[in-house]
Amino acid sequence: MARIDLVNLAHSYAGPGASEEAMQLKPMSMTWRQGGAYALLGPSGCGKTTLLNIISGIVTPSQGKVEFDGKDVTNLATEKRNIAQVFQFPVIYDTMTVRENLEFPLKNRNFPADQIAGRVSEIAKLLDLSGDLDRKARGLTADAKQKISLGRGLVRADVAAVLFDEPLTVIDPLLKWELRSKLKTLHRQLDMTMIYVTHDQTEALTFADTVVVMHDGRMVQSGKPSELFERPEHTFVGYFIGSPGMNVLPAKIDGAKAVVEGHIIQLTRGYASLAGTNDITEIGIRPEFATLSAQGQGLPVTVERIEDQGRVRYAKVRLGALKLSARMPEGVAINGTSASVVFDPAMIHVYANSQRVAGRELGAH
Amino acid sequence: MVKPQNNRAWLLVLPAFLLVAFNAIIPLMTVVNYSVQDSFGNNEFFWNGVGWYKELLDPATQLGERFYASLARNLLYSALVILIEVPLGIAVALAMPKKGWTVAACLIILALPLLIPWNVVGTIWQIFAREDIGLLGSFVNKTLHIDYNYTSGVLSAWATIIAMDVWHWTSLIALLCYAGLKSIPDNFYQAARIDGASRWAIFRNIELPKLRRVLLIGVLLRFMDSFMVYTEPFVVTGGGPGNSTTVLSIDLVKIALGQFDIGKAAAMSIVYNLIVLAVCWIFYTVMTQVDAEDKAEGRS
Repeated sequence: MARIDLVNLAHSYAGPGASEEAMQLKPMSMTWRQGGAYALLGPSGCGKTTLLNIISGIVTPSQGKVEFDGKDVTNLATEKRNIAQVFQFPVIYDTMTVRENLEFPLKNRNFPADQIAGRVSEIAKLLDLSGDLDRKARGLTADAKQKISLGRGLVRADVAAVLFDEPLTVIDPLLKWELRSKLKTLHRQLDMTMIYVTHDQTEALTFADTVVVMHDGRMVQSGKPSELFERPEHTFVGYFIGSPGMNVLPAKIDGAKAVVEGHIIQLTRGYASLAGTNDITEIGIRPEFATLSAQGQGLPVTVERIEDQGRVRYAKVRLGALKLSARMPEGVAINGTSASVVFDPAMIHVYANSQRVAGRELGAH
Repeated sequence: MVKPQNNRAWLLVLPAFLLVAFNAIIPLMTVVNYSVQDSFGNNEFFWNGVGWYKELLDPATQLGERFYASLARNLLYSALVILIEVPLGIAVALAMPKKGWTVAACLIILALPLLIPWNVVGTIWQIFAREDIGLLGSFVNKTLHIDYNYTSGVLSAWATIIAMDVWHWTSLIALLCYAGLKSIPDNFYQAARIDGASRWAIFRNIELPKLRRVLLIGVLLRFMDSFMVYTEPFVVTGGGPGNSTTVLSIDLVKIALGQFDIGKAAAMSIVYNLIVLAVCWIFYTVMTQVDAEDKAEGRS
């Protein structure tokens, strides 16, 4: 039960003094509030696991501090930090029964026997392990073993946070859904801080209240799933979240107009601040807000392929040399390859050097 | 699909068969042949049926008594060797560094004894442990004032041959265990730290179970190797003092080449061989069972 603060934290496996480019985690500060359900989302190798291991104390950061409720724990050993962590692959104690596995973290900390028994049966019930409690853990399937690992992570009620490092990789898809919603329920019931590392956006968006997107050792955005979807602060977030990802198109920005491949697109906000800078400017528009029609006004595009996702259809189109995806409303049929696309102006974001630029209300000047 | 039947393929097995025949089957059959006959020299043989076997396996006869006594020494030797080398080997493996140049240094130092032939080890220790000029022997006698003389003391002789084997072969167990320990994923140790496990609990619940298979192989290898012990007692005392270190192989040589009782020695060889085969079979069965268990759990 604690608030976790990362203060100016950075890490390089090469040790302190490494250049920022070579760091696995670039300097960052972040607060994880008590009782939050966080997801740490990013592609493989972006530093998610390193960050998790720093919080749990398996890795000592080369710079900065980790604080639990304002207390500096940066150099405190893992076992003294009162934190639980569940790993990607199941870790079980072969020699013990399921019950003994679940009791282990509590017994090591000398909890009274009745408290242990109560807590173990509660967790076992939540994870559907009650029937297997007296079986040897080594004979169970990978699914069940991972449930035991989850159980060992959740069994201590007093932990500062429970950290999950892609815990559902080995679980088959059907059970994955079930366990994920179970974790969500557990989070509500147990009022624990949970940090869930994953590279799967669905997993992150369904589990967490707050999703932290990491890219190349940096936290590029943290926020509610809807914020990440509607207002990506970084082109990477736009591209990584959503399926298909956001269209990011190189554009020249001139006040409230964007010029893409010679076509002028009207924006709803003004970006006078970008005039005269050498920033690389782009506009981002989610395929959901780019509507394809057979003809009419809009940007003239060439249709290359239509992806039917069942509920919705997306067209892969080409605007000059640029490729983008656009939603195909129901009833729209394309004859040949030429069509046009209309962007919802309110949903167009402007990026300078990959960072979103807020712009000014039109008429405010 | 139709599989062509071509029995000429058997011809390809012939070279291997001939090789095995000349170096294993024919010599073994010669021994079987001797074991059912008696000879008084001059290449004259008399049929004795299972007579030698009966005598050998009956503890009331002189030969039987001798056989069982030697067998008991063999078993005691193997048991002591395994009881000392396995825990010691595990301890060495646990104490070894996990990374850096010291790993290579340790591995090389550990591998050295394994490369030395038995009779060289025997000779080294025979001199090293002499009570008059040996470094160890005279140290024990003159500095520690413990009466130690392997040519006259039964206990000293046994201590010497056991120490030799421990020096020679603990490395094998240590190397096997080191490999076994290396294969445990870091997550197991990390999880144990998070669970607040003590060092002993980590050993008992993570390391030892994961070492089960390598230890099984280690025990099998050390049993087979120590059960056929010959060189160590032969070089140090030749089976003495008295008969105290006369194991089966030494006794066998005494009977066959010393007394020239070829029939008795042949019968003893066959029984010795059968014991070894039986032990191999037991180990094989246990190991395949362990493998099957592991497979059933989806581990490889």
